[in-house]
Amino acid sequence: MLGSILAAVGDFTAPKVDYHAVAPELVLAAGICVVLLVDLFVPEHRRWITGTLAGFFMLGSVLPIVTLAVTGSDVRDALGDGRYMVDNFSLILKALFLLAGYVVVLLSTNELEEGGYYQGEYYVLLLSSVLGMVMLASSRDLVSIFVALEFLSIPAYMMAAWRKRDRKSNEAGVKYYLLGVFASAVLLYGMSLLYGLAGSTKLTEIGKVITLTGDKVGVQVVAVAFVLIGFAFKISAVPFHTWAPDTYEGAPTPVTAFLSVASKAAGFVGIIALVYLTFPAASDVYRPFLWVLAALTMTFGNLVALKQKNMVRLLAYSSISQGGFILMPLAMAGTGDAAGPALRAVVTYVIIYAATNLGAFAVILAVSRKTRSGEISSFGGLFSYAPGLATMMTIFLASLAGIPPLGGWYAKFGAFRAVVDAGGGWGYSIAVIAAINAVIATAYYIMVMREMWMKPVPDGDVTPIKVKAPVMAALAITGICTVLFGVLPGLVSKVGNLSDLAGAFGR
Amino acid sequence: MHDVLQNQQWLLSLGVFLPLAGVLVMLFIPKSDESTVKGVAILTAAATLLVGIYTMTQFDYGKAGSLQFFTTNNWITPIKATYTIGLDGISLPLYVLSMIITLLVMIYSWDHVPSPGNPKAFFILMLVLQTGMAGTFVAQDLILFFVFFEVVLLPMYFMIGVWGGENRQYASLKFFLYTMFGSALMLVSFIALFVVTRSHAADPEAANFSFKWFLENGADVSKNTAIWIFAGMFIGFAVKVPMFPFHTWLPDAHTQAPTQGSVILAAILLKLGTYGFVRIAIPFLPQAATKWAPVIGILAVIGIIYGALGCLAQTDMKRLIAFSSVAHMGFVMLGIATLTPLGINAALFGMVAHGLITGMLFFIAGSVKERYHTLEIKRLSGLLQQVPKLGWILGMCAMASLGLPGLAGFWGEFPAILSSWNPLHGEGLPYGGLSLSLFRWLTVIAALGTVLAAGYLLWLYQRTAFGNPTAEFAGLGADGDHGHDAHGHDAHGADAHGDDAHGEGGHELLHDVNKFEWIAWTPLLIAIVVFGVLPQLMFKLFDPGVVELVKVFGGK
Repeated sequence: MLGSILAAVGDFTAPKVDYHAVAPELVLAAGICVVLLVDLFVPEHRRWITGTLAGFFMLGSVLPIVTLAVTGSDVRDALGDGRYMVDNFSLILKALFLLAGYVVVLLSTNELEEGGYYQGEYYVLLLSSVLGMVMLASSRDLVSIFVALEFLSIPAYMMAAWRKRDRKSNEAGVKYYLLGVFASAVLLYGMSLLYGLAGSTKLTEIGKVITLTGDKVGVQVVAVAFVLIGFAFKISAVPFHTWAPDTYEGAPTPVTAFLSVASKAAGFVGIIALVYLTFPAASDVYRPFLWVLAALTMTFGNLVALKQKNMVRLLAYSSISQGGFILMPLAMAGTGDAAGPALRAVVTYVIIYAATNLGAFAVILAVSRKTRSGEISSFGGLFSYAPGLATMMTIFLASLAGIPPLGGWYAKFGAFRAVVDAGGGWGYSIAVIAAINAVIATAYYIMVMREMWMKPVPDGDVTPIKVKAPVMAALAITGICTVLFGVLPGLVSKVGNLSDLAGAFGR
Repeated sequence: MHDVLQNQQWLLSLGVFLPLAGVLVMLFIPKSDESTVKGVAILTAAATLLVGIYTMTQFDYGKAGSLQFFTTNNWITPIKATYTIGLDGISLPLYVLSMIITLLVMIYSWDHVPSPGNPKAFFILMLVLQTGMAGTFVAQDLILFFVFFEVVLLPMYFMIGVWGGENRQYASLKFFLYTMFGSALMLVSFIALFVVTRSHAADPEAANFSFKWFLENGADVSKNTAIWIFAGMFIGFAVKVPMFPFHTWLPDAHTQAPTQGSVILAAILLKLGTYGFVRIAIPFLPQAATKWAPVIGILAVIGIIYGALGCLAQTDMKRLIAFSSVAHMGFVMLGIATLTPLGINAALFGMVAHGLITGMLFFIAGSVKERYHTLEIKRLSGLLQQVPKLGWILGMCAMASLGLPGLAGFWGEFPAILSSWNPLHGEGLPYGGLSLSLFRWLTVIAALGTVLAAGYLLWLYQRTAFGNPTAEFAGLGADGDHGHDAHGHDAHGADAHGDDAHGEGGHELLHDVNKFEWIAWTPLLIAIVVFGVLPQLMFKLFDPGVVELVKVFGGK
């Protein structure tokens, strides 16, 4: 309707929208409106409805993803100009974002209800942020990437500061906001250079220009570097990670889980799109850049994690270092015939990491309800009074450490495989660095396990922990995924089998 | 290359995963119902062993060199990893040994659950360990092997760390980090091997992670690359064996582990490393194996001497046994390093024999600790007077361990030394031979090691078993107090940590070997004698597979 009005105004021709392809986004947008409205009309003690609704819409928008996956062609051009693509790659990641969002809703329910926080607003922001991620997964254009990125970030800034009267939470929000905006500015500057060089905002068009030849090589290099730095902030790669530990520690635990998983994954989606579509001919620039970034990120994250006393900070540094592992295959994406394995490795890693990390946060949430503390020592003796939670946490930590037969091993395996596939000095050297880091990482995961299994209970309080139903559900989902992905990695690598993605990107 | 027999394809999977079914059942039994928990666990282990025995009866001994009960299925298609399992004469003894040991350890645990109790978790961990161990011995796919190889890691970590001695946390962490370091490099080298063989292959699409592929294509890898890939595997397996200088986790882990953990560690887990050399590193990369063999040989002999000297310096019985493991595994590795059929046969025999004997020694150490609350050699004396049966069993195992002919230990040690006199050498070998003079020196030094072994074991026996009991334990002998056997150990078992506090508690009369110990030990003791007298039983099984394996080196 809007299109016809606009068309009548000038020479604007309405794009032919493939509504099936954008159905997940539409459902989410509807969800945002509904939750906002419901929040206005339900009494305070019934505000939990907003959470239920938010979860419902998250799952609801998975439905069209399923129908899109099973029907029709592999690649859908939602707007008809190749700037908003719905292919297997984007469908998988959209599903991941939505399910991760759902788990975050499950984790948030009790926390928000009991804390007396603004439930309706919170879920609206959460839905908005997830919508931004879902859009990012399909964006193949600088403008839509930037809009999606802001759309997912701005609500997250507010959510980080959600515990309004807690100074740490405020600090978390402000730090995240300031550095996030700074990153956006850097990114935007890089994007403007790209646009200046190519005269187009479409990623594939720009990719034809960024060849590191001609008389504008310097500008091209600067543009690539700026864009990558912008995203490096988002994925908290060292040395652009400084916001992450403080933000993770200060933000409410469910928000931390959300940031460390979904928001990070979104950053990687952005980098993937750019590396594969815009910089395919610039691997001489991004390879050393991402190589150094990956090596620094995994090493530094690990070394600092070793010294942490606070559980959430530990996971913050651990997730920084995991980010290095995810970056590693991307660095080698343009080398040899590693493009396919690298992409598969990144997507698989992100999925498995999401399940595992969300699970770990779910346990922290459940335990800290009793202990009222985030210190690692507060996990002392957990196995003696909450064997179930301790076992779950052990599974998640072992998965993060990459110990078979839990999901994490396959994620790490894929990453190793991709860089070894790429081969050469770059590939083998980072593989060895990563292998050493994998061992360092186990040291601090083991440290937590030791606390849970072998140390005495710090305050002697061994009343069992009652896990609330939503958190239990979150634990079940993430736990099953973590084990299943490890035993039958075929499941996740089948959805990560993106051999047709190159074709979709090539448009 | 290998023949395969695709009979009864379900059999090995059943044997490997049956323990996990038991774990599932156990999850639903309340923790407080301890005897049901133990009962279900032991029944599961017994059923698993029955499957193992059935496997032995169905095994075609005429074709011990081929993989039997072979099955292959898709597993992780995108990375070309398959679920391929099979069993040949090399794997069979180890596969069944792992089942026997697990069952015996569990029976022993019936009234010996170490402090802090919680038999449910303890037995579950042992069953998980069993799956990992059995799976490693039947895996015929590198990725599958890796996964099973790693499955044992966490259960053993918790076993040492939760149920271990005073210094358990340090010991368990050290065990874990060493092993993890090895396996990370091992994984990288596995992947590298895959990528490199694929790039050499006529049909890259056919590349996969099955052992068969590497056996057929590994030899095409250029020598320099192969040496590096071998290095990664070497570290992974050498940590597990453990070989000098990667052995330092072992004395700590063994000393701190509960008896059950020590037994499993000694009897099976260490073998995963040597098995990896025999099954993977050497046959896949023969060109690198001939280059690495001297290094392995030298480190093995250093291990023999170092382990023996370490033993002589120990004041703790359990730590002494742990160091003797380093020495014994040195003999095994020396046999492997010769790359001859004799040497590898000896190594395989040594693996089983060491499993039986050192497993037994750790059992005995556990029982001594339970009775005397100490393993300090100078406080122990006169075992033969106070607990004569235990003393005699210790004597027999010490003799077996030092390689007395007629007991199993001899057939691991003596042929290994013999084989190193004549390692793979000669003209026109496809991958070159080994230096005769180097290995002959190694023979001489290794032979010295056996003398030292006799020294430290006899000395141990003399100090602990002979003589009169020390003053603090005098008058507590088992004589005339047999009614005491069946009860009263729970109190002891729960006290593994508090030696000093129980100085006075030790005034109870000492009991000799009780019925659970007899049930758990008799099979091992019989096996030590039987394989000592009739080594052919096992050599016959190993030999066809070994001959097949070393064919690639062209030696005799």
